Amino acid sequence: MSDLAPWLEVVLRAVAVLAAFLVLPLLVGQTEHKVMAHMQGRLGPMYAGGFHGWAQLVADGVKFVQKEDITPARADRWVFRLAPFVALIPYLVALAVIPLSPRVVGADVDASVVLVLAVIGVGVIGTLMAGWASANKYSLLGAMRAAAQLVSYELPMVLAVASVALAAGSLSLVSIAEAWNPWWLLWQLPGAVVFLVAALAELQRPPFDMPLADSEIVFGAFTEYTGLRFAFFLLAEYAGIVVMSLLFAVLYLGGWAGPFEQWLGWVWTVLKGFLVAVVVIWLRVSWPRMREDQLQRLAWVWLVPMALVQLALTAVGVVVFS
Amino acid sequence: MTTRDIVFTAVGAVTALSALLSVTTKQVVHAALWLLVSLGSLAGAYLVLGQELVGLVQLLVYVGAIVVLVLFALMLTRAPIGPHAEIDTPWRQRLAGALLGAATTALLASLLLPLFSGATADLDTPTTTTPQVAQAVFGTWVWPFELLSVLLLVALIGAFAVSRLVLHRDGGHGARRPATVPSGARADGRG
Repeated sequence: MSDLAPWLEVVLRAVAVLAAFLVLPLLVGQTEHKVMAHMQGRLGPMYAGGFHGWAQLVADGVKFVQKEDITPARADRWVFRLAPFVALIPYLVALAVIPLSPRVVGADVDASVVLVLAVIGVGVIGTLMAGWASANKYSLLGAMRAAAQLVSYELPMVLAVASVALAAGSLSLVSIAEAWNPWWLLWQLPGAVVFLVAALAELQRPPFDMPLADSEIVFGAFTEYTGLRFAFFLLAEYAGIVVMSLLFAVLYLGGWAGPFEQWLGWVWTVLKGFLVAVVVIWLRVSWPRMREDQLQRLAWVWLVPMALVQLALTAVGVVVFS
Repeated sequence: MTTRDIVFTAVGAVTALSALLSVTTKQVVHAALWLLVSLGSLAGAYLVLGQELVGLVQLLVYVGAIVVLVLFALMLTRAPIGPHAEIDTPWRQRLAGALLGAATTALLASLLLPLFSGATADLDTPTTTTPQVAQAVFGTWVWPFELLSVLLLVALIGAFAVSRLVLHRDGGHGARRPATVPSGARADGRG
């Protein structure tokens, strides 16, 4: 696209990223409906629209749009209304810099892996804002749990990613995926496990959905939200799954590495990312929710040491083999 | 005025304005949120100046970790919605704060403005500064860097020891709940 006018290229890239941002999370949502329905024998999502319940997601969308947008009387109006966007936009920025192939990338940034980690960390502020501004005890409890969880799991995640960056000798996602070779599947395995678990926790997906725990605190920070604003929080969750899955594919599965990668590179990345997303959904249906202390224990007693061991292993590997 | 000048001026104005709002607002959580905007747009200012890594680290450490901890700590207090008479500051304190802030600004400006008034940065030839920063930190400045790491490690262990001490005095209640310990310690570890 380099022969276009600069402003046109920027606009085209922005539109493409926005389109991906709007389509991919919905695809993951639809997949989740179907995969969960099959795994747990749920009948509900299989009716709407006839064949295999294809219209369930459309029906959900229509339902969200129809609902009244309520702001509680005692809430902090502006903070309450802004919160869903603060939760959503970081994932949009993250998606813009994740490469699908060396040439299919929204914006090729030099230190893109740092950028992705930095903006993902900002997302929690949306949850904190929502929890505090709702003027609701359940919301506040949910926000506190979310913050405690995200702060704990960000460390093992950053360490795991640092190990990959060390192995590739670069902070750019494109260079990392290009430096990847199949041995990494073994060499970086502990780091990959740490990353996947920490990513699940950052997304607050089951079994790490303590901050939402609907049987204890209604729906955590999102209790007071209705209609489209609530849908935005859900969209943020699914966009988060997309971002984390693609990131996992690029960091640990070699991204576009595969047959005919000259032409089909981005297809491989999307397919690998989709596989990871299915695993994320699979984990949701197969594990019960963890208690808060178990959750913190897992992060600090298991994941952080594992990530540190991986970092040492990577350092030794880099020194020995290069 | 190039586009970059305009963007830099805009980002700088947002940084300054939100910083001002952060200290003048009467609502304690809003102060933290304005601080967030201020630190975030400061990262934007670094980006406009071509210092990508510094901007991103600013975002990762200050916006993603430190302000989150500030917000988290605020929410553990009552942090009421709307202004509250009980946690308001008396006018004397405000005056002293304003004087002190103005004095610091004047001192820094008188020191930094003459020093960097003619400085220019070449932004039109795209260069990656990340390897240079890495080489500076792990080459030239490796001893101060390692010393700082040890200092932070000591702080981390100290925080852990202090919290354990308090827990034991309580009669072991919640001794298996490490949630408060590492999240506090992490501010040191990442800073």
